[in-house]
Amino acid sequence: MTQMPAAVPEKREITTKPRLTDRIFRGVVTSGGLSSLVILGLILIFLLFNGYNTLKTQGLHFLTSSNWQAVVNDAGTFDPKASHFGIAAMLIGTMVVALIAVVVGVPISVGAAIYLTFYAPDFIKKVMVSAIDLMAAFPSVLFGLWGFFVLESSGEYWAKLLNKYFSWIPIFKLPAPYVTRSPFIAGLVLAVMIIPIVTSISREIFSQTPLDRMQAAYALGGTRFAMLRAVAFPYARSGIVGGVMLGLGRAMGETVAVYTVLNIVYQVNWHILFSAGGNVASMILLKFGEASPDEIKALMAAGLVLFILTLIVNSLANVIVSRTGKSGR
Amino acid sequence: MSTVEKVAAPKPRKPWAATPIDRSKTAGIILAAALVSFAVVAITPMKGKLAYAAIFFTAYIIIDFVVSYQKAGRPAAVDSLFRGLVTTAIAIAVTPIVSILVTVWSRGHKGLHWTLFTKDMHSNSFTDPVGQGGLLHAIIGTFLLVIVAMVISVPIGILTALYLTEIRGRFTRPIEFLVQAMSGVPSIVAGLFIYAAILIPFTKTVNGIQGSLALAILMIPTVARTSQEVLKLIPSDLREAGVALGGTQFRSVALVVVPAARSGLITAMILGVARVAGETAPILLLTGGSGTKNYNVFSGSLGSLPNYVWQAFSAGTPESITRAWAGILVLLIIVVILFTAARVLGNRKVGKK
Repeated sequence: MTQMPAAVPEKREITTKPRLTDRIFRGVVTSGGLSSLVILGLILIFLLFNGYNTLKTQGLHFLTSSNWQAVVNDAGTFDPKASHFGIAAMLIGTMVVALIAVVVGVPISVGAAIYLTFYAPDFIKKVMVSAIDLMAAFPSVLFGLWGFFVLESSGEYWAKLLNKYFSWIPIFKLPAPYVTRSPFIAGLVLAVMIIPIVTSISREIFSQTPLDRMQAAYALGGTRFAMLRAVAFPYARSGIVGGVMLGLGRAMGETVAVYTVLNIVYQVNWHILFSAGGNVASMILLKFGEASPDEIKALMAAGLVLFILTLIVNSLANVIVSRTGKSGR
Repeated sequence: MSTVEKVAAPKPRKPWAATPIDRSKTAGIILAAALVSFAVVAITPMKGKLAYAAIFFTAYIIIDFVVSYQKAGRPAAVDSLFRGLVTTAIAIAVTPIVSILVTVWSRGHKGLHWTLFTKDMHSNSFTDPVGQGGLLHAIIGTFLLVIVAMVISVPIGILTALYLTEIRGRFTRPIEFLVQAMSGVPSIVAGLFIYAAILIPFTKTVNGIQGSLALAILMIPTVARTSQEVLKLIPSDLREAGVALGGTQFRSVALVVVPAARSGLITAMILGVARVAGETAPILLLTGGSGTKNYNVFSGSLGSLPNYVWQAFSAGTPESITRAWAGILVLLIIVVILFTAARVLGNRKVGKK
């Protein structure tokens, strides 16, 4: 009886090469993933393309002068040489309003985050966290209307108090007795608007405080405050700074709420209680309605400056946040 | 048979818990602070609810500080001072939320009536008495804008999240960074971009799709980041099981990972919608604010809720302001419903059907 030789199976090709479906899948997902790069790049290109002429004719004056005048010459056409576009007043206004928001909003937000992380009973914590997260989804036009109709009256009263007792500090001086619709009140509205974002970032960072270090602090007989000072604050410091900068970025780009609350006047105003101010975003909205196509190009340039500014602040913030937890005892 | 005396198990002692004496002390401090606030408001020219609150919290912190100092010295006093401060901070943080909700309801409910949901504004102006006209056109417009924005942004957002969690190629770090940077793009800049990229060169007029594109830009980062968080929570056992069964990466992602994360991905979608539903600045630049119903996002001015509120507010008469608040109330109700839905879905355990 002869034994049939077993058929030797052909050698299989063993490979890590992805199959066709996987290659397609990876291609689709990667191109989807790159969309954020594409969109940001397109925003930059289109705003630069439209704003380029303005930036070229105005040069550095675009950032340093405070004059916005679209001149039409005798022939009825736009005259780029005679027109003046400068956004210094609005840039300063953006900074002033956003800084007020940060100065007022951040202590409240960080305090609230500390309370929610280390002090609050479970029930209160759940309710408050939901409420604050919900506030993050409120439309900005709502904050604007609320600021205009509700906060305005209290804010004026506080402004008068500040002016009465602190007018020896230059920024609280009033050149004329008008306190309605001031940068101070706009800053307060923005402070309310950044509270949810700063609170939730701070809360997230505080909740990552290493438990063993906290327990060690308690075991050494520390009070809760001693624990916070020795463990939680050093641990969370850089993350909170990042959260604050994210709040700053949000406050710098806000349009509708500022437009509603603030009396937009095209001048540099350091007196935060005085009824004049503005920021780049609200200025764009204000001028957009009656702008000629050429003036709109100048507004695009302003938008470009705002875009780059917020991009820088946000990127710095994200770098700082992602480094959290590397410091502390 | 001897009876074994049952010894009651000793109650665990909780030396850290508040004793009745502690509680009565706390109640006493609160009472004292309240009395001080009433007294100060009665005597000094400071008036109003906020004055009561401010003095109450200040008085509470001071009295608490003194009491703790006498009981346990400086460290305890500083501790209670700090507790008082952070409690005040959370009170201040929550006050605007309550104030906003109360304001919207108290000013908006006067403008609510059934014709809001059955009529549009094509034959009425904002200054007409409140009972006339409605915001059906605005609700339809917002609905269309958001749906189209969702159709554009959700696939891109989820693909981005899939890239960051499943593929993890060499662009992972930069893309993560860019998505975060993108979430900070001001809404007016998104509006200007669409204006420059589509309205100036092509359409030269307002329509709905432009608004949707701008909203999509604002929505993508929210969807991508939330989806990424959800996909991170899917245990890698599931992915490995998919691959071990002989599936390609595509099949294990499409048939295992994504279904497991489904409710989380829906949450991400809803949060994105809630984020953009009330967005006003790009709408004002791009879509126009017609008062007539328009079902076509590709042509014609498209009214929407934020636009309605904005126009009504700008008209400035008592009737139009009431209309604005009613519009805000409707918008807010939509946002709250979306938010609650996202919460309910998000609280479900990931991986359950």
